Amino acid sequence: MSETSKIEIRGLRKSFGSNEVLKNISLDVAKGGVVALIGPSGSGKSTLLRCINLLVAPDGGSVRVGDTRFAFGDGSKLPDVRTLARFRATTGMVFQHFNLFPHMTTLQNVMEGPITVRRMAKADAEKLARAQLAKVGLAEKADQYPATLSGGQKQRVAIARALAMEPDVMLFDEATSALDPELVGEVLAVIQQLASEGMTMVIVTHEIAFAREVADRLIFMRDGVVVEEGPARQVIDHPQETATRAFLSHFHRTGALPPANATS
Amino acid sequence: MYQWDFGILWSYRWLFLNGLGVTVGFTVVIVVLGLVFGLFGAFGTLSRFKAVRLTALTFIEAFRCTPILVQLIWFYYALPILAGVEMTPVTASALALSLYGGSFYSEIIRGGIISIDKGQSEAGAALGMTPGQSMRRIVLPQAIKRMIPALMNQSIIQFKNTSLVSVLAVPDLVYQSQVAAHDSYRPLETYTAVAVAYAAILIPLTILARRGEKRLAVSE
Repeated sequence: MSETSKIEIRGLRKSFGSNEVLKNISLDVAKGGVVALIGPSGSGKSTLLRCINLLVAPDGGSVRVGDTRFAFGDGSKLPDVRTLARFRATTGMVFQHFNLFPHMTTLQNVMEGPITVRRMAKADAEKLARAQLAKVGLAEKADQYPATLSGGQKQRVAIARALAMEPDVMLFDEATSALDPELVGEVLAVIQQLASEGMTMVIVTHEIAFAREVADRLIFMRDGVVVEEGPARQVIDHPQETATRAFLSHFHRTGALPPANATS
Repeated sequence: MYQWDFGILWSYRWLFLNGLGVTVGFTVVIVVLGLVFGLFGAFGTLSRFKAVRLTALTFIEAFRCTPILVQLIWFYYALPILAGVEMTPVTASALALSLYGGSFYSEIIRGGIISIDKGQSEAGAALGMTPGQSMRRIVLPQAIKRMIPALMNQSIIQFKNTSLVSVLAVPDLVYQSQVAAHDSYRPLETYTAVAVAYAAILIPLTILARRGEKRLAVSE
């Protein structure tokens, strides 16, 4: 597995004060693999995701994405800001609250990474940005400001913004949790399309039905440890652990995927 | 009943104009310098390093929590004795007023920066920006919009604070009007005219600032 794995996490530990959020987590994501992280709030799944692009600095363990590996804890120094920035440029992240830049138009939002980080010429960046906006079905919203968009549209712009960096992996941090129910489908459709194109992804989600459809592996976390891990359908349909069963009982697991045809 | 006679001021017009020039020029200098100090102060208090934070905070509070009149006198009379630093009244006044204004600007700038949602700089970082890039490209453009009303307000106060430099015999509008008042025995007319002059400059400025604010708010 480690031969082909795109993301490799070993013995990851993280505490906030006396609160140990991640306790010795290991995780592999194959190239082109889609891993869903599920679990109750406070289980550490968002922190784990944020440790993958080092938005949160782990206290111990190691993180590797592609060929870049960082070790933490005992004597190893935290990487400097430039190394970190270069590393993060190769990992796309989508946030629960979109975090679009409100002072820029949709197009400028998507162009910002290529121009500032990749030093791309403006014309090239614009071409790339328009292509990414078209991909998420929002080409015609290029000149609007984020404030004028719906939640689902904002999140699709945020996905386009991350994709414009042409990342190796995409990380989704509860990308649909802040959306009105009727807007969830359009965002999931975009994520599903990315999965079918072979993008390596880690998805923190509460959409169990979606995870079952799109993810090939599923990890159930609770209290900072991985309780159960396996093929997504198997874990969701036949959970082995009591905690997993208890958590999943809150969801309609077999419910159909929300409509994936909505695009605007 | 007092008999107003503003006509007498006409003979002092060049004195007033001169003073007004000094006042306006002084304001420009102390606003610009103050903003520079304010920027340093704000980033100092937001620094990762505790020593930098403490130094910035000490400076800010020293100038924010003491009267400007005392600072002016202190810069001019105390520094030469204590540190052997001799300054002309103009330099001493400009420095004191800039640092005083800077301490308030610092707090305004710092407040503006920390008012921007942490998710914004996180989104910048996630794209691969360095902290400096995300500050310049993402946080500051949004923060500045929020700072402008408060910065404008503080600059208006600074404009009026320049009247205090007359105690160090810097020939600003108030100093020159003192001269005119003593000379003409018409202090009421003189100081009324001075008040009108200050207002005549500030009121159009505040109207402009309000308009600007509205325009900026549109893109929010």
